[in-house]
Parts: sequence; C-alpha cells; structure tokens
Amino acid sequence: MVSRIVVGAHYGLRDWLAQRITAVIMAIYAVILLVVLLTGYPLSFQVWRDLFTAGWMRVATLLFGVSLGWHMWVGVRDILMDYVKPAGLRLALQVAVILAIAGYLGWLVQILWR
Amino acid sequence: MTTAATRKPRPKYLNLTALLFEIRLPLPGWVSILHRVSGALLFFPGTLWLLYLLDRSLTSQQGYDHVREYLAMWPSKVAVTAFIWFFCHHFFAGIRYLALDLHKGIDKVSATRSGIAVLVAGALTTLWLGSKVW
Repeated sequence: MVSRIVVGAHYGLRDWLAQRITAVIMAIYAVILLVVLLTGYPLSFQVWRDLFTAGWMRVATLLFGVSLGWHMWVGVRDILMDYVKPAGLRLALQVAVILAIAGYLGWLVQILWR
Repeated sequence: MTTAATRKPRPKYLNLTALLFEIRLPLPGWVSILHRVSGALLFFPGTLWLLYLLDRSLTSQQGYDHVREYLAMWPSKVAVTAFIWFFCHHFFAGIRYLALDLHKGIDKVSATRSGIAVLVAGALTTLWLGSKVW
C-alpha cells in the first residue's frame, strides 16, 4: 500500500500516460523540424523567420511547448520525489518548477505571436 | 564450506567510495541515469537557453546575426554539442522506454542490447549534427 502524500504523484495512469503521449508528440515535431531545417540548410534570417511565422508552425510549436511543459512537469516531479524527502522543501521546489514551466510557456507564446 | 573470511562482508553500506569505485552500474543503468540527468538539464538550463536564442534570432536581422556570432564562439559550440547529445540521448532512451512499456525486449540480453543501441545512436546523431555546428 502506498502512503498518499500531498507532494507525491497521483497514483494512477494519468501522469505516466501523459508523459508518454507528450513524448511521442515532441518526437514527431522534432523529426519534422529537423527535416525542414536540413532542407533549408544553410539558414538565412528570412528562411528562419518565415518558418516560425507560418500559421501551421506557430500552432505546431505551441503544441510542442505544451507537450514539453507537461512532460517536464512529470519528469522533474519524479526526480524531486526520488531525491528530496522533506515535504516543505519538495513543495517549494515543485512550485518553483511550475512557475518556471509557466514562464517558459508565456515566453514561447510571446515569441511566436509577435 | 565457506568461511567468514571468504564471504563478502555484509551488510554493504552505500558510502561515497563504494558508489564511486566498488559498485558497477550495469549498462542499462547508465542509459537510465543519463536519461534522467539529460532530462533535468534540458529542463534547466536547456529550455531557458533555447528560448533566449529563439527570441533573439526571430526579433530582427541584427538579432539573428547576433545569435549567429554568439553561436560561432567555441564555448557556445561546446554548449550546442552538449545540448544535441542530451536531446538525442533522451530521445533514443525514451523510445527504448516506450518499447519496454509495451513489454518489448524486457529480457536481460535484449535490454542490454537495446541499451547499447541507444548509446550508439545518441553518439552517432550527435556526431552527425555536431559536425554541422563545428
């Protein structure tokens, strides 16, 4: 029987599955981006900006960003659960991680829709 | 008959000397800890750095040129190569875990073999993409 603590996991399939689904989404994006960049290689500013201002690329990159944020949250939380035992410190670090991920996403949206 | 002298001393305590010199992590263990370390570093500072570069490079032609100059310096190239390796290792090790989740290759021999494949694939893609950086 697991002891349920407030700074622990959700003890179910959700996080585990979410981490894997987001991984697959990011892997597909990464491969597509690599192919696009290699076909446009060597890059110029024009090619670079046209790529990231294209409608499909903005949405795809946002989906990548959201997947990354979710994936990182599960992963870093697992690391914190393994190595940081005091509940207060773990909670503080978890809050810091959530704020960092939220900040990353806000920044990404700002970069994509300028 | 085994005597106390020939037997390994038990219990075995996990002090720093034991962790560094006495206990050998099996190969899939290295794949695993590298997956964890690379993941942590991609979260911080990896993503922060990448966002900074994306931001600067997309602002203007000057910003783009600035990023190119910055990335042309050798410490940046080292950082980019490290980033590529972390990403590629995390990528291939992740695919291995997806297979393991589906109960594919969970016996000891296959798991060691796929562990080697992950390390080799990560190293080769890093060499390939890294060669475009240098």
